[in-house]
Amino acid sequence: MTLTLEEVEHIAELARLKISPQEKNRYREQLSEILEYASRLGDVDTSGVNPTSSVLSDRNTLRGDEPRSGMGVKALLFNAPDVEKDQFRVPPVLE
Amino acid sequence: MPKLVELTLSQIIAGLQKGDFSSSELTQAFLARIDRLESQLHAYITLTPDLALAQAEHADQQFAAWRVDSNVPLPPLSGVPIAVKDVLCVAGVRCTCGSKILEDFVPPYNATSVERLLESGMVILGKTNTDEFAMGSSTENSAFGTTHNPWDIRRVPGGSSGGSAAAVAACLAPVALGTDTGGSVRQPASFCGVTGIKPTYGRVSRYGLIAFGSSLDVVGVLGHDVVDAAYIYKLIAGHDQLDSTSADRPIPDFELLDSSRGSLSGFRIGVPDEYFIPGMQPEVETAVREALREFENLGAEVMPVSLSHTEHALPVYYLIAPAEASANLARYDGIRYGPRVQSDRMWDIYSRTRGDKFGSEVKRRIMLGTYALSTGYYDAYYGQAQKVRTLIKNDFDQAFENVDLIAAPVTPTTAFFIGEHLDDPLAMYLEDALTIPASLAGVPAISFPVGFDKQGLPIGMQLMGPQFGEEILFQTTHTFQLATNWHLSKPKL
Repeated sequence: MTLTLEEVEHIAELARLKISPQEKNRYREQLSEILEYASRLGDVDTSGVNPTSSVLSDRNTLRGDEPRSGMGVKALLFNAPDVEKDQFRVPPVLE
Repeated sequence: MPKLVELTLSQIIAGLQKGDFSSSELTQAFLARIDRLESQLHAYITLTPDLALAQAEHADQQFAAWRVDSNVPLPPLSGVPIAVKDVLCVAGVRCTCGSKILEDFVPPYNATSVERLLESGMVILGKTNTDEFAMGSSTENSAFGTTHNPWDIRRVPGGSSGGSAAAVAACLAPVALGTDTGGSVRQPASFCGVTGIKPTYGRVSRYGLIAFGSSLDVVGVLGHDVVDAAYIYKLIAGHDQLDSTSADRPIPDFELLDSSRGSLSGFRIGVPDEYFIPGMQPEVETAVREALREFENLGAEVMPVSLSHTEHALPVYYLIAPAEASANLARYDGIRYGPRVQSDRMWDIYSRTRGDKFGSEVKRRIMLGTYALSTGYYDAYYGQAQKVRTLIKNDFDQAFENVDLIAAPVTPTTAFFIGEHLDDPLAMYLEDALTIPASLAGVPAISFPVGFDKQGLPIGMQLMGPQFGEEILFQTTHTFQLATNWHLSKPKL
């Protein structure tokens, strides 16, 4: 199986990754090779087999829905690259 | 008496309690050794000497008070140093995940596993090197440079917990936390000649472990021997309200006693032919077969077992793990943390920041995962992989009806040269062929040294157990290590 350059560009767009023309060519080659290798799974008979949703038989354990104190705005904004008035600052989202 | 930096945890605990040395002296001994060897090995991304010395001094004060009045509470591992893989959050210490996208990220909270170390009085020496977001088998994918194998610095330490494995092997830390998604504790443990435990999925909380593949990620331990690894495992294992996938099951209170010597009669160890793959380095197979004979001498019954879907584990993993990674790593968008490549359009901020700051392997896996989850390909790739995963897990369930443990090599070869697989991702992925099945099935596995090849490089073996069967792995490995000396060898540095 070989991906086209357009497919690679489409995947990069879905993944929000800006990649260079050189990267596009390299990923096209490498991803094609990996997907070719992975496509052998198509030969495994999985009729009647359920997909694994969790490896454990345990169900998720949920804590009670009770209010707790959080970490506070200052701590949570500490790592943000652009902050104004205790909020993340971003360019307009709607154009 | 061996040098301070070569002591095992039980020796350290005893020495601190008796007052043979203080935690400050011990911590300084490790920091001095790190200072001497780090330029050759690069096991750490971030060192925390100030934090470590403050924690050590605090522990020494506790010891002083405890000596005056033994009713003073003394946490069980007071003053004992440890290294932490740089994907686990330590509050106030930058956590990079080996990535430029988290280069300056300082987490405001502790991972639960780290919290439990701190509650137990441990001293944190620093954050160890890792492949970017734990994606790799060599640490060559770290944005902060490659770690070198202490047994031969021209070679990789394995990965992704290569920094933790190298740190323990080179006595730059007595013990270290690692994480394992497809073999990232066991493979570096094998390459560096240390003992590494990957617990059952869900046994240790993932809270504060920066996510890679959420259905696979497990926090584990690397140590000089199984007693040390088990000691830290017991501290960090157990249910956590902050991780809804953490298992709400009690941890058996076991002790590894020297009197367990020779007590393997009744244990059945299964050996799957499927793990002795074509192209395996002959010395690896020889060492593992000899270790199996030792297990027989110790009373265990060794018998063949079949895990017939083993060959499919690698392609299953390289669809499921990248799929989960592509979703988990969507959060790195240049808005809430990390650097931002500025633009006046949101779309460009996302794609430029991610394109610029993620390394090539991470981008490769995000794209692979995005493709496997995309419309039109989901059923053929991700859906089929999840079904074959069920078959792989069923193999283990069936095998454990007849045997207590499954034994196999950890890797097809010993440590490879830095740069050897760098341009061939598929060849690098094949390194994980023997560790991935246990990850997909969520079963615990332990890697420990069973010999050396002609180049003097360590060879590892793994034992896999049924889910929540860590105790059997520890007891069996302990019996083996009491009877053999492989785990005692140290690299000359």
